[in-house]
Amino acid sequence: MSNSNMNLKLKVWRQQNASDAGHFEDYTVQASPDMSFLEMFDVLNEQLITEGKDPVAFDHDCREGICGMCSMVINGRPHGPKGGVTTCQLHMRSFKDGDTIVVEPWRSNAFPVIRDLSVNRSSFDRIIAAGGYVSVNTGNAVDANATLIPKEVADEAFEAATCIGCGACVSACKNASAMLFVGAKVTQLALLPQGQAEASKRVVAMVNQMDAEGFGACTNTGACSAECPKQIPLSVIATLNREYIKAKLKGY
Amino acid sequence: MSKNIKLDSKIPAGELSQKWTQYRSSVPLVNPANKRNLEIIVVGTGLAGSSAAATLAEMGYKVKAFCFQDSPRRAHSIAAQGGINAAKNYQNDGDSVYRLFYDTIKGGDYRAREANVHRLAEVSTSIIDQCVAQGVPFAREYGGTLSNRSFGGTQVQRTFYAAGQTGQQLLLGAYQALERQVGLGNVKMYSRHEMLDVVVIDGKARGIIARNLITGELERHFGHAVLLCTGGYGNVFYLSTNAMGSNVTAGWKAHKAGALFGNPCFTQIHPTCIPVSGHYQSKLTLMSESLRNDGRIWVPKNKDDNRHPNDIPEEDRDYYLERRYPAFGNLVPRDVASRAAKERCDAGYGVGGSKMAVYLDFRYNMINKYGRAEASRLNIENPDEATLLQLGKEVAKEKYGNLFDMYKQITDEDPYEVPMRIYPAVHYTMGGLWVDYELMTNIPGLYALGEANFSDHGANRLGASALMQGLADGYFVIPYTIGSYLSNEIRTKSIPTDSEEFEAAEKKVRERLEQLLSINGKQTVESFHRRLGLIMWDKCGMSRSEEGLKQAIAEIRALRDEFWKDVRVPGTMDSFNPELEKAGRVADFLELGELMCIDALERNESCGGHFREEYQTEEGEAKRDDDNFMFVSAWEYKEGNAWELHKESLVYENIKIAQRSYK
Repeated sequence: MSNSNMNLKLKVWRQQNASDAGHFEDYTVQASPDMSFLEMFDVLNEQLITEGKDPVAFDHDCREGICGMCSMVINGRPHGPKGGVTTCQLHMRSFKDGDTIVVEPWRSNAFPVIRDLSVNRSSFDRIIAAGGYVSVNTGNAVDANATLIPKEVADEAFEAATCIGCGACVSACKNASAMLFVGAKVTQLALLPQGQAEASKRVVAMVNQMDAEGFGACTNTGACSAECPKQIPLSVIATLNREYIKAKLKGY
Repeated sequence: MSKNIKLDSKIPAGELSQKWTQYRSSVPLVNPANKRNLEIIVVGTGLAGSSAAATLAEMGYKVKAFCFQDSPRRAHSIAAQGGINAAKNYQNDGDSVYRLFYDTIKGGDYRAREANVHRLAEVSTSIIDQCVAQGVPFAREYGGTLSNRSFGGTQVQRTFYAAGQTGQQLLLGAYQALERQVGLGNVKMYSRHEMLDVVVIDGKARGIIARNLITGELERHFGHAVLLCTGGYGNVFYLSTNAMGSNVTAGWKAHKAGALFGNPCFTQIHPTCIPVSGHYQSKLTLMSESLRNDGRIWVPKNKDDNRHPNDIPEEDRDYYLERRYPAFGNLVPRDVASRAAKERCDAGYGVGGSKMAVYLDFRYNMINKYGRAEASRLNIENPDEATLLQLGKEVAKEKYGNLFDMYKQITDEDPYEVPMRIYPAVHYTMGGLWVDYELMTNIPGLYALGEANFSDHGANRLGASALMQGLADGYFVIPYTIGSYLSNEIRTKSIPTDSEEFEAAEKKVRERLEQLLSINGKQTVESFHRRLGLIMWDKCGMSRSEEGLKQAIAEIRALRDEFWKDVRVPGTMDSFNPELEKAGRVADFLELGELMCIDALERNESCGGHFREEYQTEEGEAKRDDDNFMFVSAWEYKEGNAWELHKESLVYENIKIAQRSYK
């Protein structure tokens, strides 16, 4: 079933480490339409290793669109041209034989490049560590059905909670803002009764950490939501702003 | 060493339903002041690791957590789709702790420990409470209560879920609890770090050697106890539903340091995965078991029936699960469903280009179950089929939308319009490090939690039970059982990492990495992994035979020799080098694969996911041999890839052993 019937030209960003200036290198690779974009990169890397060259470093893990590890800017768009999918779920049938494809890493000061297409996103972890949780120790819980949550509220909280933390929103934003990521978590927890007790403290702590990490400000272009593989709605940013103002008015 | 090994499962005395309660009331405690001086290393941050690290830190222990991914939130628990079981009986359908216990033992084909499984069923209800308290957005009914669905091998609705992303939501809950402790300074998090050896001092686990994957630097970390929460080893088959990075390395290093490996051949092949489409394929994608609530599995009754599936009339379809297993129908356990699919495909009735697939068809229930219910709710009189189908599609979208989208994304076919094509794929490993009731391996101070241990699922795991076990071990078991060991360690000061044992362990790790880089052969790591996977799948997969296993062992040995002579690992040790990481993992799989085949060869019976062709009933069902094989195989590593078998007898005092029947 080896139907490698697409010939592609790739321009791939190569960078030794965070301090290296980096440059594009050109490659040619044969692909089949049923391959995923990352499987096409596997083929490229096997080719490079066999030729005695250095393979391209890129992040990936689950390859089913949920872990949030893969992160390529493809022809100028985070996760590529398809919309609503991660790079690992993008298939080569979205391209044509003879295409030239440009592949770059996420670019943001808060996501320094580790090597080639791999970046360091630990800033996102630090934002969650600042307040993206409900402070409940194991063993403190009451019966799960003791708190009734209307289906509509649960569904809306779930929608916000589907964020995979990949960072495409930051990559898409001209200001490298992380408001969609932060807004998604703040919205999920602000909607639910469990998150109420520390809602004000949470939003202020998370926003402070976001600023400290060097993410830019939001200017409402909506590119984040448009490029989000999980289609987190822009309204989470409105919720974030509302929660933040509410907290500030309360003196947090 | 072997003569000294005596398997003590440390199962508490007393009546089954009281064992855990009594254990908890009598286990030694560590006072808060001493907890602050005790350091615990947690390797892996999936459901078991994150929940353990967070909970132990909340209790006051000093915790160091490690993951090889760029963030603890990426661990592969994130990809679990369908749900998590708990004996809440919210549906008032006769569920109970005992019934969950019973279903799990039976589902595991009577090869799991009664006491462990009963404890799992007991704590299952607390897991749901804890997760809801954390803000995990489970699916709910209009009245605001939690929603449930059915999974295979059960006749009650006890599965809690968050669309088809339950694992994601549970892991994010545990991850957030973990990050909270990181923020409070109680956990030090080491992302992009891979454990490459365990350090044993005076017979006790005292730390690990980890490689900083960004800088390549080898690091030494001390701990009074080491918890391996490192998941399963399904990637030994190359193609599986596991993440690309999922590996056996941590567990394997522990095994080579003396920890016994339990039931390595017990592998779960999941019946509903998207079939292989080409030789370049890097992984397989699961379609959640929850789809079998509403999807009917069938193949054409006639070979080479090339009609479009929607044009094949009812009388020409073989709903083979409903035919063979009327009591459970499409919801038989995974091992049974997988074998039945293989049987039909091997007999020549498979569908699709490769003929290695069966249909999973939603049309019937979209029309008749959901369409009619919706029509009735909306007061539509005498709806035609098109209307019913349309209404049914809306309901299916609500229930399974993300799975249907994923299927379409991968195959370019729309499951709302045509049946899915599915085939079994490697999904989970029931085997793992041998642990006692306290989750401790036979090396004192070394624990294994979640999929990394062997303990709760016997020879076959039921759907929605992996999430339950991971969180049970991390939130509710280890916080108690670790006290039994650490209460005796309060006088042990931190051991400096320049000690002889740390020195020797690091040297061993460094030499192996240097060796991998120095071979400079012609073949890629990937190509070796692919070849190993084919051997394992063909000869140690869904069905196994004495002859095939013997061949596999010879082939794996030859492949391993070839690997160490001709693999090409580019780059250097002191830099970010994903190929070097992969090479180390594949080298370990090349050893594990052999042990799995040896274990499968030794077990002259069929049970659960382990199907030996020589041992089957006339109807082709697995034939257990309880007289000779009602034991856990616990393998001890000997120098030079040799193993010695130890047996832990399984005693069933509360469950009547029967032939497992879903008919």
